Amino acid sequence: MKEPIIKIRDLHTSFGSLHVLKGINLDIFPFETLAILGRSGCGKSTLLRHLIGLRKPTSGQIFIKGVDFIHAHPRNRHKILKKIGMLFQGSALFNSMTVKENVMLPLLEHTPLESTTINIMAKMKLEQVGLSGFEDYYPAQLSGGMRKRAALARALAMDPDILCCDEPSAGLDPIVSAGIDNLLLKLKKAFNMTIVVVTHELESVFLIADRIALLDRGKIIFTGSKQEMKKSDNPKIIQFLERRADEEVLDGDQYLESLLNG
Amino acid sequence: MIKIDQIIAPMGKDFLVFFVHLARISKLAGMSLYWTFAAPFRGEKLRWNLASVQIVRIGVNSILIVGIISFFVGLIIAMQAAYQLERFGASIYVADLVGVSMTRELAPLITAIIITGRSGSAIAAELGTMKVSEEIDALKTMALNPIGFLVVPRMLAMIIALPCLTILSDLLGIAGGFVLALTNLKIPFIAYYNQTVEAIVLKDFITGLIKSFFFAIIIAQIGAYQGFSVRGGAEGVGKSTTTAVVSSIFLIIIADLFFTILFYSTL
Ligand SMILES: Nc1ncnc2c1ncn2[C@@H]1O[C@H](COP(=O)(O)OP(=O)(O)OP(=O)(O)O)[C@@H](O)[C@H]1O
Ligand SMILES: [Mg+2]
Repeated sequence: MKEPIIKIRDLHTSFGSLHVLKGINLDIFPFETLAILGRSGCGKSTLLRHLIGLRKPTSGQIFIKGVDFIHAHPRNRHKILKKIGMLFQGSALFNSMTVKENVMLPLLEHTPLESTTINIMAKMKLEQVGLSGFEDYYPAQLSGGMRKRAALARALAMDPDILCCDEPSAGLDPIVSAGIDNLLLKLKKAFNMTIVVVTHELESVFLIADRIALLDRGKIIFTGSKQEMKKSDNPKIIQFLERRADEEVLDGDQYLESLLNG
Repeated sequence: MIKIDQIIAPMGKDFLVFFVHLARISKLAGMSLYWTFAAPFRGEKLRWNLASVQIVRIGVNSILIVGIISFFVGLIIAMQAAYQLERFGASIYVADLVGVSMTRELAPLITAIIITGRSGSAIAAELGTMKVSEEIDALKTMALNPIGFLVVPRMLAMIIALPCLTILSDLLGIAGGFVLALTNLKIPFIAYYNQTVEAIVLKDFITGLIKSFFFAIIIAQIGAYQGFSVRGGAEGVGKSTTTAVVSSIFLIIIADLFFTILFYSTL
């Protein structure tokens, strides 16, 4: 088996007294698309933020391409970061810049290329995500789906090895979100990337993911292929697949007590 | 009955929180100053293109408002001074009073307060909005330093624009005094001019500019700090913007007091 491009070892994170990630162990292999599934608020975005260095875990280690990412020298971290693209849950485009300037920014800052070359490269990236003709629009002038595409173009600007997507299709209508899924599939082929997608949309997971990791209460309770997931008899997984709500356990006395002490 | 620790404990907490803020602001200011003045010598580039945009927004676009307000303040001081001095037949000393108080004190102070309201608040709001919409996180994941990219250009612009605006304010404040002297007090132009030139020494002017340099750092740093510490959506941005303006003005006055004691105390 190939050496994983990302290795997460015993990762713990808490916000104050809230213990969100309770010992995550996860391997992500080169050129695969891994979907991290989980219920809202279970810590998916938090896990992703660790991968791109936006948050330091309470304990644990992350190795990216064999480098201890958390404790690496800032210069080495930056070198790794330049090869990671991130698509944020809310796009996070720079609102003061046009779409093209957004895509050009990382290139201008990190490459010695001429600005005319960068200009052409940015146009190409925008064309790949189907936004040619909108180069000079500001993010506020675009629809949500177009903003996602623009953010994707920006994430791809530096030709990353790893692309992280936080809920790429959240808040979009089914047709547009299917479009984003297809785009991700297309880009994966074109760019030879490892893609980490965080989502809770089963359909898009089954369409784009090679492997699925299920996050529940701060732990990875399952990793495997779609088939393995569908065959699993773990009640948590079945519940997720069948989209069943939690059974409400209502103990009268306990409820009353919680109200009184609340 | 209220227990004593119910009163003391929160006060102690506020006191500690104040020092936590102070420590964080100092850290941010230290890093910003490093990235502005030291890092360029280590091969990091200063983003003059971004700074020049900010110079226009902070400096050029404030010329009119700073000019008008300073002119009127000069005029008002001259009127108040004339009211007192006329009784002693010493109207000519209006020139001294206006000249010295504008250059030493009022020009740097008024300019700083106007710019706090105009640009300090804008810095906090812009960076705060960027924080809320994850733009700052996006910068970090692109391996771009938010301080070098966002704070340094604004601070640089502030350090350049504020002293320039202060000079403008000096001139227009004195012009305000001139107008009153010529029209109301019937002092000849040349007499008032000579009196003004005689009254102001270089030190008055320079200390005013030194003050404005430090005020610039305060405005930019407090604005940036409040912007970066925004939590929770639009409401958080509003809160931080207000806090930025209030605490900047407070710190500007404290710094002003400090410098006045430093430069002019006869103790
Ligand atoms: N900055 C923060 N400060 C305090 N608590 C936080 C912070 N960020 C996240 N949390 C908490 O951590 C938990 C996980 O949040 P996270 O955003 O990772 O969830 P998620 O799985 O991405 O949810 P969703 O699918 O709704 O995006 C939540 O309970 C949230 O309240
Ligand atoms: Mg999330």
